Amino acid sequence: MNRKRTSIRGRRRRMSEWEPVVGMEIHVELKTKSKMFCGCKNDPFHAPKPNIYTCPVCLGMPGGLPVPNKKAVEWTIMLGLALGCEIPLHSKFDRKNYFYPDLAKGYQISQYDEPFCVNGRVHLPSGDVRIHRVHLEEDTGKLLHKTVNGKKVSLIDFNRCGVPLMEIVTEADIHSAEQAREFLKKLYQIIRYLDVSDADMEKGTMRLEPNISVRPVGDTHLPAYKVEVKNINSFAFVKKAIEYETERHITFLEKGEKPPQETRGWNEDKGVSFPQRSKENAEDYRYFPDPDIPPIVWEQGYIDGLKKQLPKLPDDKFQEFVTMGFPTSYASLSSVSPSSVVFVETAYNLTVKKDPTINPKTFGDWLFNRPIDIETANPNKIAEELIQSRKVVSIPDEEIQKAISDVLAANPKAVADFKAGKEQVKMFLFGNVLKTLKGKGDKKKVMEILQKSLTV
Amino acid sequence: MKKLNTLTLASAVKKLKSKEISHKELYADVSEAIAGKNKELNAYLALNTEAVSQAEKLLDTPLAGVPVAVKDNFLTVGLETTASSNVLRGFNPPYESTVTSRLKKAGGVVVGKTNMDAWAHGSSTETSDFGPTKNPNNLAHVPGGSSGGSAAAVAANMCITALGSETAGSIRIPSAWCGTVGLKPTYGRVPRTGVVAMGSSLDSPGPMTKTVEDAAILLSVIAGKDPYDATTGELPVPDYASNLKKGVKGLKIGICYMDHPQLKGTQTEKSVEEAGKLFEKNGATVEKVALSDQLEDNTILNPDYAVGVYTVVQRSEVSSNLARYDGIRYGHNRSTFGAEAKRRIMLGTFTLSKGYADKYYVLAEKVRNLYIKNFAQLFSKYDLLISTATPGPALKFGESEGNPLFGELTDLLNEPSSLSGLTGISVPCYWDKKTGLPLGLSIMANHWQEETVLRAAYLYEQETDFNPWTKEAHE
Repeated sequence: MNRKRTSIRGRRRRMSEWEPVVGMEIHVELKTKSKMFCGCKNDPFHAPKPNIYTCPVCLGMPGGLPVPNKKAVEWTIMLGLALGCEIPLHSKFDRKNYFYPDLAKGYQISQYDEPFCVNGRVHLPSGDVRIHRVHLEEDTGKLLHKTVNGKKVSLIDFNRCGVPLMEIVTEADIHSAEQAREFLKKLYQIIRYLDVSDADMEKGTMRLEPNISVRPVGDTHLPAYKVEVKNINSFAFVKKAIEYETERHITFLEKGEKPPQETRGWNEDKGVSFPQRSKENAEDYRYFPDPDIPPIVWEQGYIDGLKKQLPKLPDDKFQEFVTMGFPTSYASLSSVSPSSVVFVETAYNLTVKKDPTINPKTFGDWLFNRPIDIETANPNKIAEELIQSRKVVSIPDEEIQKAISDVLAANPKAVADFKAGKEQVKMFLFGNVLKTLKGKGDKKKVMEILQKSLTV
Repeated sequence: MKKLNTLTLASAVKKLKSKEISHKELYADVSEAIAGKNKELNAYLALNTEAVSQAEKLLDTPLAGVPVAVKDNFLTVGLETTASSNVLRGFNPPYESTVTSRLKKAGGVVVGKTNMDAWAHGSSTETSDFGPTKNPNNLAHVPGGSSGGSAAAVAANMCITALGSETAGSIRIPSAWCGTVGLKPTYGRVPRTGVVAMGSSLDSPGPMTKTVEDAAILLSVIAGKDPYDATTGELPVPDYASNLKKGVKGLKIGICYMDHPQLKGTQTEKSVEEAGKLFEKNGATVEKVALSDQLEDNTILNPDYAVGVYTVVQRSEVSSNLARYDGIRYGHNRSTFGAEAKRRIMLGTFTLSKGYADKYYVLAEKVRNLYIKNFAQLFSKYDLLISTATPGPALKFGESEGNPLFGELTDLLNEPSSLSGLTGISVPCYWDKKTGLPLGLSIMANHWQEETVLRAAYLYEQETDFNPWTKEAHE
């Protein structure tokens, strides 16, 4: 007991001396109809069989050539615009050369030094996070290690090979696990608003990789090492991983050692990270412009057009709810996702139509203190329930008075206690009155009459 | 009566359509030529046993079912495709290249797949994993490469016409050395879809034919935008054959490279000069363009630099393009690569590596841009540039051994234009009576100017006696 307390105090002390420096790399699979560079169906998770959504291009057959998916490129630029990025008018695809059995061509088509989007910024209460770049690439296939007829084999499923994959890279602007969570939540919301990806972390259509290092508080230099943590499939685990890693790094730093630069995996059951591979010698991907894809040159007018197509984003919607009169906490809950926006707007409008005396606050008080999934609920039903719940307010004072009298008569000891100065007994009696009234009656009124009856 | 396999594409189509000859007769003569010569020449790697029956159904198509030899780097469904490498031995493509698909749709029949330098790595067809092809004009000599099998098949009348592909010289060199016509289209004019990639920023499939007219006919069939090749151009495809007779009157022609020290006093120099005179006589303005070590308005950038630039660019792309041949999904594993492919993979991997890419790949692309700029300058002055397709006649077997860069030195004349994506043609311009070996006149033009190239080449062919097939056509 004692030891544990010391260690918590120790951590607090350490955390006030050290701060994490975190940059995020987020991969997001786009939900275009077809793959990034060929016409194959982009639906690896619902494929009835392995290797059915494949063709000469995504299988890396001789002579197969990539033709970029225009929708995927547009969506990437739209995400960049939503993240406040600049869109350079000249861009290109490059080949990232490395061998892995799930990479059919022996190289991945990606973007090296001319990504579609650069220099963005996401505003957060806990501090802005700058976006370094957003680029577009293709996903790889999947390896399955199985035993077939008693023999250990590795099987490859290319259904996912060539699926459009966006990579969002932030600057190392994140300095707490909570800020990381906040950033990811915001990014997730924006992606959902744009409706360009399922962003499902369980399925891996959204993958999170924090790059973590730690430095003394007050130091403004980037530390000379970083640790990348992979295989994290929830925002909560990103938070945990950053906390875990920060502690781990401090242990090195306090001894005057530099934590080793490496890639680590995350074990969510044990809540620990584990080494995957050393990154002391950075891999050489021999990037060069993909000669199969001409460079992409935009006209500013085209980019402006895409900007106009952007839907309202979480911040815009939040502001709209605030302007309508929603308290900020309710505005924030209402703007969580496109479906929550639609739900709250619809339910609120229906409610107000039926009862103009209801304002955003009373609406929110009612709605958000109830176990309702606003992503799936039916706004009509909710509006109706709300109206009903308010209708029962008006019952005659006599009825209330009768209920109170009955309750007081049935609880003489409580009444005596109250009179002896036990104020809290009042709430017990109040509860009993409400129970007797079966939820009917204005609570304020009930309390008023009860108070009067007790003090008479 | 002449054997029907000696017919040109134009006359074979005409005779088939007029029913002057039958498919059976035509294919019998072609088959006989193949049976008689292929063992020695090794021009074909695989033969289509159903060619005649396929052809007979095609009389009403533009190409009427003529037999066409196709280089083995075009994917053809039903015919093994190896790019002359053991890695792809036994590979039956699951899809058809756009070019052969267009050819078939127009009524051409792939009669067989022709030998080449493995992966098109070479200029002699000696690096084929399935043995070299011999030059039909002189069996002690190479046919040139990498499309040596197609050139030999045309030269030996083992087909009516053929398809090849060029990265830098691979159509024009074997055409020059075999005495046939070879057209390298503008990069992006003919789709690369379904062609085993060599240097992706350079590869240009093209016709390898008996006459210029045949090249024009075939080019109209295979050229044009392909939705599956993002590097193909949108420009409409003209009927090249209908504009052949426009002559060269009023064209400005520059003679280039001929003051290169290696070419001084050679027969090639003489032949090109005579070609210049012929064009002048027919109304063109002809002048010599001087070689220069730097960009000046009216000089042509020394091609010597192109060798290094081309080597780095092409090897870099090769190292990446050959990465997919891992033997996992198809083909055989990487130990089956031949020595030349291994050399190129290693060199290209090096020139793209961190710390070296700037010195090699990036620098090469910069110099490549100088060549592009230089040609842009020249083509603001000239409609055509003429030169020799090769420094001299076909080499003997083994002459290139011990010199892995031999191909590139021979390519010297084609590399600057290939790096710049230009179009060019080689037409026979000399036959050595002693060796039986020809030379090729090279005519180059700016992007998309195939029509002008063909016009000049056609005039040259008509006004000289160097093309054995036009002589027959006149009879």
